[in-house]
Amino acid sequence: MSEYLLIIVSTVLVNNFVLVQFLGLCPFMGVSNKLDTAWGMSLATTFVLTLSSVCSYLVYTYLLEPLGLEYLKTISFILVIAVMVQFTEMVIKKVSPVLYRVLGIFLPLITTNCAVLGVALLNLNKDNNFVESLFYGFGAAVGFSVVLILFAAMRERINTADVPAPFKGSAIGMITAGLMALAFMGFTGLTQA
Amino acid sequence: MSIITAILILLVLAAIFGVILGFAAIYFKVDEDPVVDQIDNLLPQTQCGQCSYPGCRPYAEAIANGDEINKCPPGGESTIHALAELLGRDFVALDEEHGEEKGKRVALIREAECIGCTKCIQACPVDAILGAAKQMHTVIADECTGCDLCIEPCPVDCIDMVPVQTTANDWRWDSPDSSIDSANNQLIATDRIDPAAETGA
Repeated sequence: MSEYLLIIVSTVLVNNFVLVQFLGLCPFMGVSNKLDTAWGMSLATTFVLTLSSVCSYLVYTYLLEPLGLEYLKTISFILVIAVMVQFTEMVIKKVSPVLYRVLGIFLPLITTNCAVLGVALLNLNKDNNFVESLFYGFGAAVGFSVVLILFAAMRERINTADVPAPFKGSAIGMITAGLMALAFMGFTGLTQA
Repeated sequence: MSIITAILILLVLAAIFGVILGFAAIYFKVDEDPVVDQIDNLLPQTQCGQCSYPGCRPYAEAIANGDEINKCPPGGESTIHALAELLGRDFVALDEEHGEEKGKRVALIREAECIGCTKCIQACPVDAILGAAKQMHTVIADECTGCDLCIEPCPVDCIDMVPVQTTANDWRWDSPDSSIDSANNQLIATDRIDPAAETGA
């Protein structure tokens, strides 16, 4: 059990996908203007990341590896992720129209979130088994969500703050992200992952 | 050989995913929100865009998503009452920002002044203006929704908005004066009819 906890802590804090591995920076900068949308994006990404991490593990282990087609992993993972996102969109539309309305355009955008593909590929590098990939994907998603929501909350406040004209808008956002990344460096050494 | 396997595997994967998505599309099929249709039926279908949406249907969708119901000047108070009743919301006065209620009107082109520029034809949301380049234009009164959109583009200002002439066929009593404050006035009980029901909307 402790190893799974370790995976979660390591992906959320120590090897945070956004601030330490610099994956998924596009939604990190793009969807962090408002706290509400950041929440929506986080929920959707968590769902898709966890599922696609597991599914791409299954495809790789039971389809590509036995046939010696490891070199097809990138394209087949992209296929898996795209299908996952489409499927999620349909299910959410049916099950919870409210959530569907909140997430809106962000659902299809998850397809191009490189953190999703990154998790799938890193699973292989780390030789994660089924349960480990599940936790790895979930941890990565939680890490992404935590950072995105924190960042969105900060940007909402920065918008009302008195920022010098040359730094207004994205510029101060980049600086903030850099400072956050510095802060996350403090977690290095918390666990060995 | 391995290339053929690779192609086959990708094809098989794509086929499986296609089947899954196809079944999901049927299984998770969502019927269009009927509330939007109901709201759309109550709106006047002028497609004038005064509510800041590109037409009546988009505004109906926006209302279903929680937008204000008082942004439709052509519909006026009766539409707002009908919408309030349908959605169980409180009546709100027409938002001045989007224009004022003017009653039913149609556009009329002063044909002697028309230069045949076709600009009003392009502006008309319901294709109620007839004409061709350098030919005189005219308005099909039955099709015109009175949305005012053709007035602005006209370079010679030859379009008037005229009130619809009442004839013996469509004459009705005037609506009761809504400016009377119903809280402290002399209205008798039977006059307190819901204006939405009264206009038949």
